Amino acid sequence: MKLTVWTYEGPPHVGAMRIATAMTDLHYVLHAPQGDTYADLLFTMIERRNHRPPVTYTTFQARDLGSDTAELFKDAATDAYERYKPAAMIVGASCTAELIQDDPGGLAARLGLPCPVLPLELPSYSKKENWGASETFYRLVRGLCSPHAPAPGDPKPERREGPPRANILGPTALGFRHRDDIKEITKLLGKLGVEVNVVAPLNASVRDVTRLGDADFNVVLYPEIADAAARWLEKAFGQPRTTVTPMGVGATRDFVREVAGFIGVDPEPALDDEDLRLPWWTRSVDSNYLTGKRVFVFGDATHAIAAARVAVEEMGFELVGLGAYNREFGRDVREAAAKYGVEPLIIDDYLEVEAAIEAARPELVLGTQMERHIAKRLGVACTVISAPVHVEDFPARYAPVMGYEGANVLFDTWVHPLVMGLEEHLLGMFREDWEFSDENGPSHLGGHAPAPRKPAPVPVEAAPAPEPVTNTVEPTAPGEPVWDDDAMKELKKIPFFVRGKARRNTETYAAEHGTDTITVETLYDAKAHFGR
Amino acid sequence: MTAELATTPAESDCTTDILRERGQREVFCGLTGIVWLHRKIQDAFFLIVGSRTCAHLMQSAAGVMIFAEPRFATAVIEERDLAGMADANEELDRVASQVLARRPDIKTLFLVGSCPSEVIKLDLSRAAERLNKTHTDVRILNYSGSGIETTFTEGEDFCLESLVPELPQAPAEERSLMVVGSLADVVEDQFIRLFDAMGLGPVHFLPARNSETLPPVGEGTRYLLAQPFLGKTAQALEGRGAKRIAAPFPLGAKGTESWLRAAADAFGVSDERFEAAVSAPRARAIKALERYREALEGKRIFFFPDSQLEIPLARMLHHECGMELLEVGSPYIHRSHLDCELPQLPASTQLSEGQHVDSQLDRCRDAKPDLTVCGLGLANPLEAEGLSTKWAIELVFTPIQGFEQAGDLAELFARPLRRRDVLRVK
Ligand code: SF4
Ligand code: SF4
Repeated sequence: MKLTVWTYEGPPHVGAMRIATAMTDLHYVLHAPQGDTYADLLFTMIERRNHRPPVTYTTFQARDLGSDTAELFKDAATDAYERYKPAAMIVGASCTAELIQDDPGGLAARLGLPCPVLPLELPSYSKKENWGASETFYRLVRGLCSPHAPAPGDPKPERREGPPRANILGPTALGFRHRDDIKEITKLLGKLGVEVNVVAPLNASVRDVTRLGDADFNVVLYPEIADAAARWLEKAFGQPRTTVTPMGVGATRDFVREVAGFIGVDPEPALDDEDLRLPWWTRSVDSNYLTGKRVFVFGDATHAIAAARVAVEEMGFELVGLGAYNREFGRDVREAAAKYGVEPLIIDDYLEVEAAIEAARPELVLGTQMERHIAKRLGVACTVISAPVHVEDFPARYAPVMGYEGANVLFDTWVHPLVMGLEEHLLGMFREDWEFSDENGPSHLGGHAPAPRKPAPVPVEAAPAPEPVTNTVEPTAPGEPVWDDDAMKELKKIPFFVRGKARRNTETYAAEHGTDTITVETLYDAKAHFGR
Repeated sequence: MTAELATTPAESDCTTDILRERGQREVFCGLTGIVWLHRKIQDAFFLIVGSRTCAHLMQSAAGVMIFAEPRFATAVIEERDLAGMADANEELDRVASQVLARRPDIKTLFLVGSCPSEVIKLDLSRAAERLNKTHTDVRILNYSGSGIETTFTEGEDFCLESLVPELPQAPAEERSLMVVGSLADVVEDQFIRLFDAMGLGPVHFLPARNSETLPPVGEGTRYLLAQPFLGKTAQALEGRGAKRIAAPFPLGAKGTESWLRAAADAFGVSDERFEAAVSAPRARAIKALERYREALEGKRIFFFPDSQLEIPLARMLHHECGMELLEVGSPYIHRSHLDCELPQLPASTQLSEGQHVDSQLDRCRDAKPDLTVCGLGLANPLEAEGLSTKWAIELVFTPIQGFEQAGDLAELFARPLRRRDVLRVK
């Protein structure tokens, strides 16, 4: 058993729901008790979907156990077909039904429903949401496309006449900005003369999925969802698959080159865009203050790794932490972390992530909704870059994070929560103006001022909490150099967003020089030693 | 002043036939009650013994994650726990001890059963017994919040039932009033003031705000239900000698007055004293309700089953706001606890119990109600079809009982209608 307070991912059947809900005519019959219907609200409330997810739950009760739960399943599946007439069905069990072993797949097969029925085996006690989505998409692609694949050993069939064609794979319901990313990537491919054959699963029909083999290559936009399916398609249809996630300017250009290589065209027309502003925005003098801002990145592996590159190469931040909650892509995270010289954090325990963020003392957190809460509590700026998502991650406006417009969006949304250039200096100069206190937070973020931190509750299963970043100055930990009163006063004059760093640098300096008491002199010696 | 509701239990051949349905239910399981119970009982911790699904439900159900000090968590059963029972018991003991070590402020630990723990027959009452021996300064109890045993608010019923054996024994001759069912603290305080003004006491509340002040119970205890979903708790209280005071539920001006009146009568409070205590807040409630009457009068309402509050709410909206009742669905209809409610419903009301969500949606679309009360999974899809909706869950998470909240309660129903009228965008 594992003690869990908050989770980054739901159970694997929620992943399957993300596939079914993304598509237009697929239905999911889920053997599950009534409480599991909560999952509907993820789609109708968080994503504001205007339809119920296409899911029928059997909602068996205790009194049904041991007598007729299998009957219930058969009735539910038959009724669901009658009512919704889906083009295909997926069937499976949630955690509870997995234990009663009714074999939904076998039961459904014997019903002889007049549509393809794909059984799902999603082990609830060892796997999670992303895995469930990936497995479901893979089963679906394989089940629907196999009949159209050339027999092993046979040559690839003649390609259909016309321009090069690509599938965009991976966008789902409840995905972080998937809706807008596919538009942006479609546009980008257009610049290379590539037509989109099918986008799946988002807004795809079952028939669309059967046509995946018609494309020349696959864009794996979200490897968490589409990697397994794309690998199978590569084998079955000889379609190459992209390996670069086009998030940020550099990665988008790499992606363009990779695609151009697949189809043998000149990448040039797609290497820039008249509306791409990040490169100039980040070079303009106003952005100077972004230099070396300490940033902590955590999310799903795809978004986290891509965000780390943008943070370092395109924003000029200092990366102080990189992690992901999905172990399936742990290797990629470790590689990226090694490249940037930080410790990889591959964990799905929210409390440990919180501890790591506290210890790293970042000035900006790029994370999920969970990190948003952590950052809020610590009074640190934060932008959400990855699922798990909440309602505000589905903005009304067009806001991709991939492609060139995506890069513009990243610049804006990462800079927005920070204290702006000149304001930073003014805060430094006039700290004693009571109406102009830095504890009010960035002036353009009225309601979001970081609250002074209350004493932390003892968190369940947390490692002993490291010293928190706060707006006020905390006492020194035992065994470390002691601050004298004047030095402490001077430290308080340093704006909160650099105070943590000044303090840490001074203490390190003092320790290295065998200084027991930190004076104002030590503070400025350290400042000279480290520079800002 | 308006007439009170009858507090003499009427024979419930009362209204219409109840449509009993069996099919897909679109309701939460009893675990969800923890969302409010863990705030209400301030020194209790709720440890769900369940799956990743249960943990995910808990963080999704309320629509918000309350990150400050959650006093609940899930012991997520993993593959290796399923291998052998001895192992699962040891694991549970380990996780429970872990919680208690981290939270020395906790006085009561509830082990909450889920569908998976019940299907694998993990015995939580034995676990509680074991743990009580090793953790003597904490009370460790267990109840089921599983979706195969409980529907939404029944989780609270099962939780309070587990507390009943723990209540101290009241002297047999001591007469006291016990108000049963979670109320917002602000509402509870208002009721305390009203009972004080009537000179009625002692009054106790179940659940109490903390574990040290559990209300005593005995032959002299009369209990008054503040919530309609407490069948098992009531039974357990009866088992300890307490007697129910029949009353409608304290929703709306009339509902609240009748509820208080039932207690006053049972304790021999004089009419003058009662009037003196309630007349001012009652007048405020009537005035507050008046403001929404125009918006709600004659509007047709349809309830999907959710919290068992549907029947008292429908009664209030009909009698005090002039709404027309179409279908009133409830996951379960406890006829005897609704003895003062059911006779108040107009005969044309279609009551339904249980659920077949697809058929019910068909009926709802056919009826074209002005307002549909439903769960979060159904609200936006129905809005997209052109129906105005009210999220049922808000009625459980908002203080709605009592005189001072009567206007707020009506406002919750008036707001979606008002919004529909003010928006000029398609
Ligand atoms: S219905 Fe059962 S399995 Fe589902 S969340 Fe509730 S207790 Fe857990
Ligand atoms: S993440 Fe924030 S916005 Fe989302 S549920 Fe939690 S509180 Fe609400």
